[in-house]
Amino acid sequence: MQVKAAARTAPPHRSPPERRIRPRRTPARRWTWTSRKAQGLAYAAPTAVFVTVFFVLPLLLVGQMSLSDWPLLTGDRGVNAPENYADAADSTLFWPAVRFTLLYTLLVTAVLLALALLLALLVQEFRPGAGFFRTVYFLPSALGLASASLLFWGLYSPTTGPLSGILESLGLVDDPVSFLGTSTSALLSTVFLIVWKFAGFYMLILLVGLQRIPHEVFEAARMDGASRGQIFRSITLPLLRPSLALCLLLCVTGSLLAFDQFFILTKGGPDNSTVTVVQLIYREAFQRLNLGTAAALSIIVLVVLLLLNVLQFRGLRRADES
Amino acid sequence: MLTRALGRTPYYVVAGGLAVIFLFPLVWNAWASVSGQPGTAQESGHGLGNYRTLLDYDAGLWRYLLNSTVVSALTVALTLGVSLLGGYAFARFDFPGKNLLFLLTLAILMVPYATLLIPLYVLLGRLHLQNSLVGLSLVLAMFQLPFATFMMRISFEAVPRELEESALVDGCGTAGALRRVLLPAVRPGLITVGLFAFLAAWNDFIAPLILISDSEKAPLPLAVANLRQQSMGAVDYGATEAGVVVLAVPCLLLFLLLQRHYIRGFMSGALKG
Repeated sequence: MQVKAAARTAPPHRSPPERRIRPRRTPARRWTWTSRKAQGLAYAAPTAVFVTVFFVLPLLLVGQMSLSDWPLLTGDRGVNAPENYADAADSTLFWPAVRFTLLYTLLVTAVLLALALLLALLVQEFRPGAGFFRTVYFLPSALGLASASLLFWGLYSPTTGPLSGILESLGLVDDPVSFLGTSTSALLSTVFLIVWKFAGFYMLILLVGLQRIPHEVFEAARMDGASRGQIFRSITLPLLRPSLALCLLLCVTGSLLAFDQFFILTKGGPDNSTVTVVQLIYREAFQRLNLGTAAALSIIVLVVLLLLNVLQFRGLRRADES
Repeated sequence: MLTRALGRTPYYVVAGGLAVIFLFPLVWNAWASVSGQPGTAQESGHGLGNYRTLLDYDAGLWRYLLNSTVVSALTVALTLGVSLLGGYAFARFDFPGKNLLFLLTLAILMVPYATLLIPLYVLLGRLHLQNSLVGLSLVLAMFQLPFATFMMRISFEAVPRELEESALVDGCGTAGALRRVLLPAVRPGLITVGLFAFLAAWNDFIAPLILISDSEKAPLPLAVANLRQQSMGAVDYGATEAGVVVLAVPCLLLFLLLQRHYIRGFMSGALKG
């Protein structure tokens, strides 16, 4: 309430012309200054409450949980350090999940960035239809990841899905394809889904980057007789590096935290061959009801991601300077 | 550049071929949702049988649509409210802890979803917000804050200070200046933030999966994912495809309507490297 009252009386003292006329620090002005601070605090208060209650507090809590025995339901909550961490690393699925997540991240990142760059170059220049293509490529990005996964789950279905038939009629395969049946095909099928879903999104980021490159640079290179390949290699790619680095950061972080697509498409199967790290956390917490170990796993993931992000941010900054 | 490397016809072959690949799953899904499949409500021919299954599934489609709408509306309202005030504070005021708070808000982006959801599950239980749509919305709004606050800060910073100062001279308080002068000026930013928040809340799967235990309170994505295991383990592809259509249509429509704002959000530097 005080803030409101101050707001009503304060304004005349704060206008710039008045400041120019009376540059000395009068008591009235100092009082205004503090009220301005108070008002800033008041406007930021909802953000502060949100960040404290739903971000800082949970972070502290997950730290505490990772060091305690914390069953899902009530029970003994004694200190359990460092067993949770040891349990996490001991889990038979831990290293396979880490390996699988890394492999998946590598595949998705390589394919997704290459395709996104191709799409961005395709729709970059004005041509009849370029706007239409841009919209079409972006359309899957408007879908949710869970919806897209459910869509592809039907698409890949051996009974109702059309893909197997299409491949057969094209003569590419002889027998019906089981897209999610073997570990390799399940991985590749998921990568295809993710590329379809996100390529347009990354295309848009790269498009912004491309449009920030001044036209004169290309023209000068063309005048000097550079070929298209040379222009792409020595101008487009280097000048696009900040945008590419941002895509890389988003893509790597997103893939390392993959969950929805595997939860819906493969449920980790066949034979636990597609269990990702986040799925492991979910299983530990809500199927094996072991929140302490799940918290320890989450902390490990958090630390790895933080390190990775720091490294990538350095790369980003260096790319920005060059 | 690539377009010049490719001639006119090859360009349209490549771009068009890719467009077909990108459109095919969407078109197929819409078609399959009205097509017949043995063992489902739509045994053969074409019709809305799959949608009828969806309508009657468990708590009913309307219930899930209502849940999703409530969660999305609450998330959008919370995100807009908090980031509007926060963006104003960060852009125009100096107060103790300003930089720390801004950094902490951005740090939400750095922490994996799963790392936060486990303690949030425990915390919401203590706040008696477990298994509630309000609790879910609060969590979803928190995940929107980094982008929303950043976006609103930029929006406010792009408004000339003189505009606000003239309002203050005319006797408005800062709240009055915000409402009468600044609000219209930052509307494009608000639309972008609202659109992002809606899409995120409408589509989110993992947060309700963990935070909502009652199927009466499930939002649509969770309900459709559960629906797959309907009728004694037998899979109902038709109803799932109908569910995907119901999930996707609002998103696609909103995106097509607000495309310009969405892309402007990117352009205005929200994604500066």
